[in-house]
Formats: sequence, structure tokens, C-alpha cells
Amino acid sequence: MSAATLPAVHLTPKPSIDGSEGQLLEVSMGPQHPSTHGVFRMDVVLDGEQVVKLKPVFGYLHRNHEKIAEQETYLGSMPYTDRLDYFCSITNNWAYALAVEKLAGIQVPERAEYIRIITGELTRLQNHACLIGFLMQDMGASGTPLMYAFREREKILDLLEALTGSRMMCNYMRFGGCRVDFPTGWLQQAQKVVEAFPRFLDEYERLLAENEILMARTQGIGVLPKELAVNAGVTGPMLRACGVNYDIRKVDKYGIYDRFSFRVPLGEHGDVYDRYMIRLLEMRESVKVLQEAIRDIPSGAIMDAKTKIRGFRPKAGEAYGRIEAPKGELGFYLISDGSPNPYRYRVRPPSLINLTVLEDMCLGHNVADVVVILGSVDIVLGEVDR
Amino acid sequence: MTLEPIKSEIEANVSGCRLEILLNGSPSGQLSLLIDPEHALAVAKFLRDAEHLRFDYCSNVTGIDWPGKEISVTVKTKKIVDGVEQEVEEVQKSQSSGCLEAVYHLYSMEKKHGPVILRMRTENRTDRVSLPSLTPIWRGAEFQEREIFDLYGVIFDGHPDLRRILMWDGFEDHPMRKDYVEPDDYEYEPTAHDEVLQKAKQHLNRAGWP
Repeated sequence: MSAATLPAVHLTPKPSIDGSEGQLLEVSMGPQHPSTHGVFRMDVVLDGEQVVKLKPVFGYLHRNHEKIAEQETYLGSMPYTDRLDYFCSITNNWAYALAVEKLAGIQVPERAEYIRIITGELTRLQNHACLIGFLMQDMGASGTPLMYAFREREKILDLLEALTGSRMMCNYMRFGGCRVDFPTGWLQQAQKVVEAFPRFLDEYERLLAENEILMARTQGIGVLPKELAVNAGVTGPMLRACGVNYDIRKVDKYGIYDRFSFRVPLGEHGDVYDRYMIRLLEMRESVKVLQEAIRDIPSGAIMDAKTKIRGFRPKAGEAYGRIEAPKGELGFYLISDGSPNPYRYRVRPPSLINLTVLEDMCLGHNVADVVVILGSVDIVLGEVDR
Repeated sequence: MTLEPIKSEIEANVSGCRLEILLNGSPSGQLSLLIDPEHALAVAKFLRDAEHLRFDYCSNVTGIDWPGKEISVTVKTKKIVDGVEQEVEEVQKSQSSGCLEAVYHLYSMEKKHGPVILRMRTENRTDRVSLPSLTPIWRGAEFQEREIFDLYGVIFDGHPDLRRILMWDGFEDHPMRKDYVEPDDYEYEPTAHDEVLQKAKQHLNRAGWP
């Protein structure tokens, strides 16, 4: 029987797949999938191994943080900001405190600014260390590289615990300063950790930077063009891996970042490998900032004496404050109507907005690469879904 | 950045647009620019492409709900009271319709300046809630406009993929609105709370506690 005489077979086309030529397969990756770093789902349409279409699906961890904060006092939301990006609670606190300080016109004492920089940069170190560990795990380097990174992270978490009482949910900053001063011997211990940190980076780079499998899995994968990255509002290490020189620490010079000499590492190709290397380089720059800050920190008050934390009522008005969080631009937008709780409280989550370009980066790559590309974006679902 | 020169420049380049600078009472001093929805796309395109402005980066997009307020106006009217014409003060009450607002924070990555804050307002909160989407100008607004649609109910015309983003598809209301009422559909399970409390009180009485 020739092919022409065969009866035609009509299959019911799935509504989400257009163009029923070939064998397209719709796969739902997540929400319970180890590589999605939380409860995150991607609707992927595949042609064989290749991605034809990808739509991210959010909301599995949505708890309407903004609504809760609008019913809470200004100070009452501070512990809740820890739960946004639970790897970097210090920088979340900092962004919120900065927005409230702009809203109410509060000055921060010098020592408190130094403390903010020391704790904030330690947070950046541990976030990036985690990220490169997870990225290796996503690529199949199971266990060892992740544990090396977690070993370093644990040293920093020990420091934060000694200072704030909690490893991850620090709840440390206040409007006009910080909650407590360093305990005795903390700075010396921090100096030891910071001085030992480049050794970990050297070791990690020697182990992996020129590893053949790593290079094969990451170079030329998930390339993000410069113009698209800017237009899509991508920020943080992802943006700088495309070669755009935009670091809010340099642009806004919030706090006292203009006093430190550090450089902004830039990538060239915008692929996963560049995003990986940017994090390693940024950690080296953070170490420089930390060493300068620990050397120069003055003594003095850590809280602005004029600010009344309890019964805090800023004048009616609005403010947008933003910082360079480890994952990108973290901003808080507040509107006050003169009452003790904000009229509008908005978080600009870098993780969510960096995911805008996920589909563009994944198209044409294999399913296994989607996992690596998502890992290199560095998302935390507490912040994506809020 | 000072807004007045930017405002006059937009007015010179986008014909017919109505702009208004909104003041800000807080020490942050971040003024914003209220634009009319009909010319919003042209204004946005001008801000992005103008050679010395180059606001190429749309950082934060968010919605605000302004519910309608009761406006009371005292009006003097003439009335005949007890056969004599008298001037009587009367309070007339009316309800303003309120509006939904979309706010855009723009920065320039090329020139490293900003922010310029754009605002757009809908006509009311019930049936005329459309605004033009600025996603064709800045893709960074894509997910954030979807979020405003989801949580506030603003319909963005020209958005490529306007669906709910955080709430599920079957959800009906817009939870970030100020007058949102939580549906009373939780499953309650009776607990032994009252019995346990009674027992505890008896126990305390026996032990001679106050």
C-alpha cells in the first residue's frame, strides 16, 4: 500500500500549541521540580529536545505581602521584608529602611552607614557563593561544589547570627540606623572571614573556571543581547554580564558607597558563563569594600537620636528608594497619607523582572539548558511571588 | 532631575498632550508627571528616544487605588421658612468616582540619570478602567502591568499577554483595592477550645489562683 492511499488521521490539536506540524510536546516543568529553586512552573513546548515556547507561571508562593504591609505599621513590616529574598534579608532591610528614610528625611549616623555596608557586602558574598554552588548543582556537578560554597556561606551566617540573633531572618536595620552594635570581637572575626575568602575564590576558580564540561554547558548558552536586557529592565549581575555598566552602588552612591574604591566587573557575551564569572569577580570586589570598611569604621552612635521609631508617622508624600541588592535593583515605593501605616507599599522585585527575558534566552536550546539558564538568573521565589 | 524643562520639551514635541506636575509633600522631593492616556504612548516614546533624555530603563511600575471620597459642599440657598424668605446654609453631599493610577519610574542607563515618574489615571474605578500599555516601549513593564491588571483591575490596551499573574485564572476580584472584602469561604473546623478553657479555669480555681 502506497502512502497516498493511507487514510488521513486527524488528531485533536492541543489548544496551546499552534502549528500542528511535527511532534510538539507540551511539558509542565515544576512547580515541584528541584531545579526551579522553589515553587515555580514553566510551561515548555518542545520540538524533540528543543524549546519552541516557554511561559513562566507564578503565584504559588503569593501571600500579598504588599496588602499585609499596608495594614501594618512602618516598623511592623521590617521583619516581613526578611521573607522576600530569604537569602539576603540584610539587603531587603536596607532597601526598605532607605525608602522610609527618603520618605521622612532621616539622616543615618556614620557608624551605622559603615555597619550597613559591612553586613550588606557580607550578604552579597554569601548570596553569590550560594548561587554558583546551586548553578553547579543544576549542571549535574552534584554535591561537592555546592558544599564548598555552603561551607563559606556558613561562616558568614555565623557572623550574622552573632550580630543579629538569627542566621537568615536578620531583621537588623531600623529607620535611621541599625538595631544593635557589634558584639565584642565581632569585627576581628569578620576580618578573619573576609581575609580567608579570596582563598575560597581561588580554589573555586582553579577547580571549575576552565573545566571542560562547565565551559561546554555554559558558553554560548542563554545569550542575552545588550539592548534587550536594558529594554526589559534586567538588573544586577545579569545585566552587567551583557556588558552594560550599571551598578546602583556607583550610579546613586547611596549610603557612603562613594568612599570605597571598587570596580564593576563587566561581561562581554551575556551567556551563562559570563553570568557565572561576573559573580566570582563581584565577590572579589566585595572583599575589597569589606576590607576598607572594616579598616575605616569610626566609633559613634548607630541610631539617629531624633527619629522616633515607635509611633512613627511620616508626612504625607511619597518616595522610591532603591539599592543594588545581590540579585539586582531592589526598590521600595512608599506613599504616606500621614497615618501610622503606609497608604501604598510596593516592592520592586529584581528576581521577577529578570525573568521577563527567560523565554528569549531559552528558545532553541535543549531542556537541560533551560535548567542551567534559570539557575544563572538567580531567582528566589519568596521575592518573585511576594 | 527638574521636571519643568522635560515637561516643556514634551509639550513642544508631542502635540496636544496635557501634562501636569504633581507635587510631593515628603522630603524625598520626587515630583511626578501626570500624563493623559491618549498621548501616553507618544510621550513614552519621546522620553525613550530623545537624544539627551534617553530614558531607556523602566524600573518600577505599580498601581495605586484612590477610592471615591464623599465631598460635602456648603451652599447658601434661599428658602421660605415660616412665610419669610431666608438665606439657609445647606450641606450638599456627593460622591467622587475615584480612580486607579499607574505609576512608572524611569531611569536612564545610558545617561545614568533619573528618576522621572510618570502617572496615568483611569476615569473611574468601575467600568472605564483602561489605560494604554507601555510594554511596547519598555518590555520591563510586561510582568508589572500584568500584576496591576491582576491586583487592581486596570485593563492595559495593547499589552501582548494580559493575564492574571499572581492570582489564579478563576479568581474574580482584585485584592489590592482598598475596598476588597475577603471571601468568607474558609473551612472552619470546630475545636475543643471552649471545653479546654472551662477545664483550665476550674483547675486554676482549685489551685487557688486569682
